[in-house]
Amino acid sequence: MVERNLPAETHMADPFVSEPIIQEVDSWWRIRLALMRRSFRDNWKIFRRNKIGVFGLVIIAFWGIMAVMPTVFFATGFWSPAVYDPVTGLELDPPTRTMTMVERITDPNTEIDQRAVLLDGRIPDTLRIGDTFDLPLQPAPPDGRHWLGTDPLGRDILSQLMHGARASFFLGIMAAVVTVVIATTIGSMAAYFGGIVDSALMRFADLLIMIPGVALLIVIGAVFTYQLWHLAVVIGILSGFGGTAIVLKSQALAVKVKPFIDAARVAGGSARHIIFYHLIPNVMPLSVLYMMFTVTGAIQSEAILSFLGILNTDTSWGLMMNLARTQGYLLQVADFWWLTIPAGMAVTLLSGAFFLVGRGMDEIVNPRLRRR
Amino acid sequence: MIRYVTRRLIQMVFLFLVFLTVTWFLLYILPGDSVALKYAGNPNIPPQAREVAMERLGLDKPVLIQFRDYMFNFFQGDLGVSFNQYPRPVVDIIGERLPRTLVLFLTALVTYYWAGFVAGKYLAWRRGNRGEMAVTIGGVGLYSMFLPFFAFMLIWFFSVQLGWLPISKFLDPEQWRDAPFAANQVFMRLFWVALIAAFAMFAANFAGHRSHSRALERILRVGGGALVIAGFLYYWFGTESGQSMRPYAGDIAFHMILPVLTLTLIAFAGVMLLTRSSMLETLREDFILTARAKGLPEGVIRDRHAARTALLPVVTSLVLAVATVIDGGVITEAVFSWPGMGEILISSVLNEDIPVAVGAFAFIGVLALIGHFVVDVLYGFLDPRIRVTEHG
Repeated sequence: MVERNLPAETHMADPFVSEPIIQEVDSWWRIRLALMRRSFRDNWKIFRRNKIGVFGLVIIAFWGIMAVMPTVFFATGFWSPAVYDPVTGLELDPPTRTMTMVERITDPNTEIDQRAVLLDGRIPDTLRIGDTFDLPLQPAPPDGRHWLGTDPLGRDILSQLMHGARASFFLGIMAAVVTVVIATTIGSMAAYFGGIVDSALMRFADLLIMIPGVALLIVIGAVFTYQLWHLAVVIGILSGFGGTAIVLKSQALAVKVKPFIDAARVAGGSARHIIFYHLIPNVMPLSVLYMMFTVTGAIQSEAILSFLGILNTDTSWGLMMNLARTQGYLLQVADFWWLTIPAGMAVTLLSGAFFLVGRGMDEIVNPRLRRR
Repeated sequence: MIRYVTRRLIQMVFLFLVFLTVTWFLLYILPGDSVALKYAGNPNIPPQAREVAMERLGLDKPVLIQFRDYMFNFFQGDLGVSFNQYPRPVVDIIGERLPRTLVLFLTALVTYYWAGFVAGKYLAWRRGNRGEMAVTIGGVGLYSMFLPFFAFMLIWFFSVQLGWLPISKFLDPEQWRDAPFAANQVFMRLFWVALIAAFAMFAANFAGHRSHSRALERILRVGGGALVIAGFLYYWFGTESGQSMRPYAGDIAFHMILPVLTLTLIAFAGVMLLTRSSMLETLREDFILTARAKGLPEGVIRDRHAARTALLPVVTSLVLAVATVIDGGVITEAVFSWPGMGEILISSVLNEDIPVAVGAFAFIGVLALIGHFVVDVLYGFLDPRIRVTEHG
């Protein structure tokens, strides 16, 4: 196979591919489509050989299904919103533990039963010593109704986990798209124009790389109440003008010196035309790769901010851990594992999966890395 | 070399000015002013009082005047007064927190870079065995771990289940009740002792690298290491000031184990993977073949020929890693209630103590810039090509 040794970008949209693909097509977009289909097929072949990348893809698919599930469950009536809603749901009939009243500890000053206060009024006042009663358990361990148990507020963990997956996908993909749109444009412009545009944009990028991102996001949180999409845009801007722009610019520089750019210029193409029709499509594969790494970073940043309680959001994996922390269950992992481990592992798995897919795609984008 | 360092220094100062400007305007253009935020929960504040507060904080002036005042004050060491710890200046708070953060960050940074480099070196050297796969997968798994989750798991395991290590905080208040020192004195002492020891170690290693005979190198390296350790022990056990401070320093070091371990485990995989790929590329070079053909011992080829060349991209990555390290440090401090810069940043943000938040962030930026500067200088030192071709 000769093709496999060609750099991946020539597959993407290069009109100067040596062999004609489909002879009888008449419109340009059909050629594009056919080319894209072929390049996708070839790249998939390379990607599939990388076990780690495929593993990442499987995890992403798993969480993708998880993110869709609540809609299915609510629509089919398998879950009733009153119980399973991730924010307002409440299990009214939690499992109970039968206990026996042994003694009543009354505060001598106020004459209030201290144990009853501790148990938040969950024991009736009429109990005598020796009586048995059912203490409702909240957080409740996993059972048939709640497959991953409930949180201290009586909400279903699995439902929160699924909605958290949705939020993470939304945030990650949006941050990645913003990043890549900005970074590709900036990088291509810097590479194409050079000179003062280049140095201004790149010095700005240098500055942004130096700023600790999470610290900056936290400080912005001091004066501004984040929604999820605000966070996506801020992450997108930080990474799009910063590190990603630098990488994409160096790729665009490599594309810029290729003959087809000169050909387009000689043919009378304007700067805008060349950047958007010739430069950017050829930088795209690397952009997609950096999208994956941005998603990883965005998911982690979101989890950290909502874990610290800075983000203004309803459902998120970080928020689940935040609740476990503020309610004091975080260090009782053995007894209340369902409060921390699912959420923590979810963040780890999904962000790790995008990282793995990125590494797998690395082999497509950098043919140098392929196995010899 | 001196010209190179000066040029970098000037660039850094300039960058810092830009950084401060961007930060200030970023916080200014975002909606919500600090007075409104501070008193938002209190409807009893009359408009007159609000105006007085605005005037006292200088918020009624035009933007550019405010900006000029802020810059002037900043460079005179006046970062304003904390809202929550009212009459206390921000500079005072930061001065108290900075040494603790420095000690934690530096220890973690050195530990994980060293661990990552050594692990990567051996991984590349023994390419293809089963251990390599396991370490790589484990490393990537740790690398994408959610930091607070992982930290709490470690705390739970080592402190709650096994009871070996303290759960959080940076010292044990009971032991410090009658302490003759402030904690920060001990921190500064720890910082200097560690810095001097590290420098001595580095110098011994460097002299070893430069020497041409292998025997001399070994003597310099082992002897230097032994000397540093002896000096270290002599300081803590032999001298009077060291002896009196030893239990307290030991307490702090004891509290540092878990945060440093967390950061190391999370971050070393990145360095390890990079060292591995860079080392694999180096091993394919002709000069390695030459070295093998000459019949040099394996250890010499690995450490002196391959690893040293492979170090360059790893050091470059340190430039990008400075920000990541600081981010990781901020989160670790929050998780372990380590009262450093990161912790004050987060708690001031949560309590809407804007002057402290901005001041802490500015100093975290200074830390990042100094980190970059050190790495740049180190890189210029390691790779002569940088010094020669650098322009602009």
